[in-house]
Amino acid sequence: MRFIRRNLLGVIAILVLVYLFIPIAVVAVLSFNKPSGKFNISWTQFSTDAWTNLCGVPGVCSSFITSIQIGIISTLVATALGTMIAFALVRYRFRGRSTTNLLIFLPMATPEVVMGSSLLALFLNLRFPLGQWTVVIAHIMFIISFVVVTVKARLQGLDPKLEEAARDLYANPRATFRYVTLPLVAPGIAGAALLGFSLSFDDFIISYFNAGTLVTFPIFIWGAAQRGIPVQVNALATLVFVVALLIVLGSQLVNYRRRRKLLSA
Amino acid sequence: MSPILVAESAKPVVVAQRRSRTGYILLFPGLTWLAIFFAIPFVTLFMTSLQQPVPGKLGKYQAGFELSNYANAMAEYWPQFLRSFIYAGIATLLALVIAYPLAYFIAMKGGRWRPLLLVLVIAPSFASFLLRTYAWRTILADEGPITSFFNALHLLPDDRILNTGIAVVAGLTYNFLPFMILPLYAAIEKIDPRLIEASSDLYSSAATTLRKVTWPLSLPGVVAGTLLTFIPAAGDYINAELLGSTKDRMIGNVIQTNFIEFRDYPTASALSFVLMAVILVLVFTYIRRAGTEELL
Repeated sequence: MRFIRRNLLGVIAILVLVYLFIPIAVVAVLSFNKPSGKFNISWTQFSTDAWTNLCGVPGVCSSFITSIQIGIISTLVATALGTMIAFALVRYRFRGRSTTNLLIFLPMATPEVVMGSSLLALFLNLRFPLGQWTVVIAHIMFIISFVVVTVKARLQGLDPKLEEAARDLYANPRATFRYVTLPLVAPGIAGAALLGFSLSFDDFIISYFNAGTLVTFPIFIWGAAQRGIPVQVNALATLVFVVALLIVLGSQLVNYRRRRKLLSA
Repeated sequence: MSPILVAESAKPVVVAQRRSRTGYILLFPGLTWLAIFFAIPFVTLFMTSLQQPVPGKLGKYQAGFELSNYANAMAEYWPQFLRSFIYAGIATLLALVIAYPLAYFIAMKGGRWRPLLLVLVIAPSFASFLLRTYAWRTILADEGPITSFFNALHLLPDDRILNTGIAVVAGLTYNFLPFMILPLYAAIEKIDPRLIEASSDLYSSAATTLRKVTWPLSLPGVVAGTLLTFIPAAGDYINAELLGSTKDRMIGNVIQTNFIEFRDYPTASALSFVLMAVILVLVFTYIRRAGTEELL
């Protein structure tokens, strides 16, 4: 009891972290389940069927691949456009800065249902056919702002002395950018791209409004929720979670090692 | 404002800014994209909300100026509107109470474990939003431990949690929690620990220090966190659909079914437009009252 009272804050913090992971544990555990009925909700029997036959249910893998394709295209375009805006915001003076800031802030403060429905209203009025491209357009639109903010933070944190040093050593602007600025900003751009991909891959609301008959992974799950989500979906989601976690932890470890090396040098 | 970004507190370095055509060239493609696919759609949304049906053709609409669309939509769906803001409000308060101790712990006691702890806070977002929400059906199941516990205390009006408003609020609270934790962390991390020490040196109790020193200094994080939780929660319909019954529908459900299933575009557009307007008004009055305009 005394231990708990003395470390009350730490105990609460750990409980909150555990709470954050409970639903993920449920998803992962149920990926090894053999449900008795249509609904994979309660534990019945251990089975690795879903893991050994990931594409065993029609539609699961095709929707998964669709989501990955859309994620890659949207991320590439949004990262390029957002990085350019971030450079302009930090490095250049221009007219209309407050309008620019508002146009970047607002998509992050707009509920998805409003963005999704207004974009659908545009496509309907233009009679633009719904499908993969309307979803890609929508994803690029809502990812750009997140890229701008991430890359901007990295650019603002750069030590201007490094670029000055390059110029003092007679590097022309292009060489300074290529060999000094870009490598220093690269981790920020990579982080922005990872964030963008995860936002695109997991997006349901905006996608559903603009997908027409296209089925992305979240749209597949939404449809399946009414008639029972296949166990394979749990397995794939667990796989995505583990891979993403490993990527992030790996990059943290690299960062940590690099910093220690720099400190000891 | 992504939760991840709010947590990164880079110290801005002032660099000599150049004025040249390059700046405009860099801005042009991205801003054009946002103008065409974010800003202009609000105009089409507004125009759609005023359309009138084509006589004799079901599901076809033509340009019009039917302000009555708004009156009719609000008359029919005001309960869902009200419910959205109540559910989102309760979920935001609960998230604040749950998030504050964790954010404080990571910022003040995290030490060299801070980066790892922050990864743990965002890690749940790597698993599908829909599946995590659906998992609450297992956790809050009628015969499950949580429902049984509350039933033993006779605390549940319907003897169950699932398919009630409680489950919807629980889902909203859970889903948007990281959006609360990270801005809170960013604000608390900036507090000089010497101020807290000084407060206790001057014989203030832990509670007084929290109330008079820590809390006021963390207000920018509280404002950012509550907004980042409230806005997506008010527009969400995934939790209401997967965890609630038809009696717990929120405004997002109504907009979605009217747009996609009923194809009643004017009504759905009117509701969507009102939702955006109400949220913008709430955000700006709230920010002004809290005196944190610099957040924008």
